[in-house]
Amino acid sequence: MATSTTEAGAPSAEATLTEEIRVGVPEKGVRQDLRAVGIVWRRELIRFRTDRLRMITALIQPVLFLFVLGTGLGSLASHGLPPGISFKTFIYPGVLAMGVLFTAIFSAGSIVWDREFGFLREMLVAPVNRGSIVLGKCFGGATVATFQGIIVLALAGLADVPYNPILIITLIGELLLLSFTLTAFGVMMAARIKSFQAFMALTQMLVMPLFFLSGALYPLNGLPAWLTVLTRIDPLTYIVAPMRRAVFSHLNLSPAAMNQIAPGVSWDGWTVPVGLSLGIVAVMGVGMVGIAIAEFNKAE
Amino acid sequence: MRGPQREAQHVAVQTGAEAGGSAQPAPAHSGPGRSTAIAVSELTKRYGDIEAVRGINFEVATGETFGFLGPNGAGKSTTISILCTLVRPTSGRAVVAGHDVVAERDTVRRNIGLVFQDTTLDSYLTGEQNLRFHAELYGVPKAVVAPRMRQVLDMVGLWDRRESKVSTYSGGMQRRLEIARGLLHAPHVLFLDEPTVGLDPQTRSSIWRYINELKQREDITIFLTTHYMDEAEHCDRIAIIDHGKIVAIDTPEALKASVGKDRVQISTADDQAAIAELAERFGIEAAIHEGLVTFSVESGERFVPRLFAELGLPIRAVSVARASLDDVFMSYTGRTIRDTEASSADAMRAMAQRFRGRR
Repeated sequence: MATSTTEAGAPSAEATLTEEIRVGVPEKGVRQDLRAVGIVWRRELIRFRTDRLRMITALIQPVLFLFVLGTGLGSLASHGLPPGISFKTFIYPGVLAMGVLFTAIFSAGSIVWDREFGFLREMLVAPVNRGSIVLGKCFGGATVATFQGIIVLALAGLADVPYNPILIITLIGELLLLSFTLTAFGVMMAARIKSFQAFMALTQMLVMPLFFLSGALYPLNGLPAWLTVLTRIDPLTYIVAPMRRAVFSHLNLSPAAMNQIAPGVSWDGWTVPVGLSLGIVAVMGVGMVGIAIAEFNKAE
Repeated sequence: MRGPQREAQHVAVQTGAEAGGSAQPAPAHSGPGRSTAIAVSELTKRYGDIEAVRGINFEVATGETFGFLGPNGAGKSTTISILCTLVRPTSGRAVVAGHDVVAERDTVRRNIGLVFQDTTLDSYLTGEQNLRFHAELYGVPKAVVAPRMRQVLDMVGLWDRRESKVSTYSGGMQRRLEIARGLLHAPHVLFLDEPTVGLDPQTRSSIWRYINELKQREDITIFLTTHYMDEAEHCDRIAIIDHGKIVAIDTPEALKASVGKDRVQISTADDQAAIAELAERFGIEAAIHEGLVTFSVESGERFVPRLFAELGLPIRAVSVARASLDDVFMSYTGRTIRDTEASSADAMRAMAQRFRGRR
């Protein structure tokens, strides 16, 4: 080996090094768990950074919806919109949500992938709280998906949405919340599902209805009763509505026009405040993280 | 039966090629008298109706390299999983590095290193990133992460490749990286579950070179499982496990000495007739193993000329082998390890799994 110089040079130093490490490996504690959260989070970022293809493919769907569907349906839909507001602008908040949707779920799906290729075992046998691994994964997925959302956010100008700093910060915050909850949902599913194909099939089956029922592509008022009920059950509704409100509150609309296209979620005539709307999403996210932790504690 | 003198002679008689395998330096720190690294008593594990481990007892001294030898499905993997705290025993007790594997699971985990049969590396990360991940999970103090990482990567000869993605590593390199990773947090006991399975012979011997070097450089106890007989020779002591029970436990030399006979295999036109003839003329009990008529005699090279003269059947081929661990295994279980594998559907499944895992 080419290392003989160091080996021959300092055998005693190495011996003491070994001793130091042995004595030094600490007891289980909060600090250890935080380090575990941190490294699981960082791994998600490293993998995202090195996977350029994924970054691009995740962009295709939002771009298709925004520019192809948005432009194509634009002339048809413009009659229902206030003057000067394009259909592209209308669906832009929904498309933002879509931008993070797939990345978040896919990030969580890497748990299933890790299980198939053995790496999950390396994580599960470590002397740390399993909750910290689940949390690291959720934070990692949330960060990565938010990055993806920020790329879609960069396209705002093309959908006639102004680059207002307050708007951008608000939207990033909301994307982060959405990404966290979606990743938590994915991780919860991944705890149970053992094959990657099954995971992808199941999430595809759930993701499209979630998106279509969220009011991302149409206003929430004046819908038939059955669709009204379904949209109110869809958790995505509670994030798309505040995002749309944020976008349109920066477009100098009259209150009447605002009420027409961005009325917020209403329950039987009562408008759910933005805070409660976001709170619902946050509570769901935390709840699903809890279930995921319980599931992983049970496993093996 | 355990005479060390006799063992030494026995090794000396062996052919040059074989002697290389057993010429490993005797570890100065091994043997009884030191503290105990692993203590197992009346350990059982039951999966439904199947008793995978049926009341085993053994102890491994600190600094010892201890091998668990047996065919697939004998209970090796179950035992190692219990010792690694991955599987809870049905009954009995196991203490590893001074801690109970059930009651003090996390303490045990901090003090052991694991190298699994199937790879558990992230192939999208570099070698260094895989180790860094492990260091953080095991809480290796930040100040020693970098020097320790260098130390273990040097040991397995992967320092130069640390910045390459694991997906570009060969099977042997991946296995070495896993060994390095298992050592990163300076465990007291290193568990190697089939460390060389699925690797080509050259890579296998290089893995063994690293393990032998490791024994000298680190004050570590190694517990490994294998179903390669030749690899068991690297161990200070081995236990032969079959059908969930330990059938023999001793140094490889003592086990070989306890058999003491040479193994003769012949190929004839009519094997059944040959077996009958052997029983009738020589009073030798023979059976078909690995497709050949196989039997043991006191000194093979003297017996073979007699065999040709007196058997009365044409012999197509003959081979004589000195007592090896194969024979030890056969004398304790009545089968060769390859016999048990040829019929084992488990082996096929394990192989498919390995293939999938290793890609």
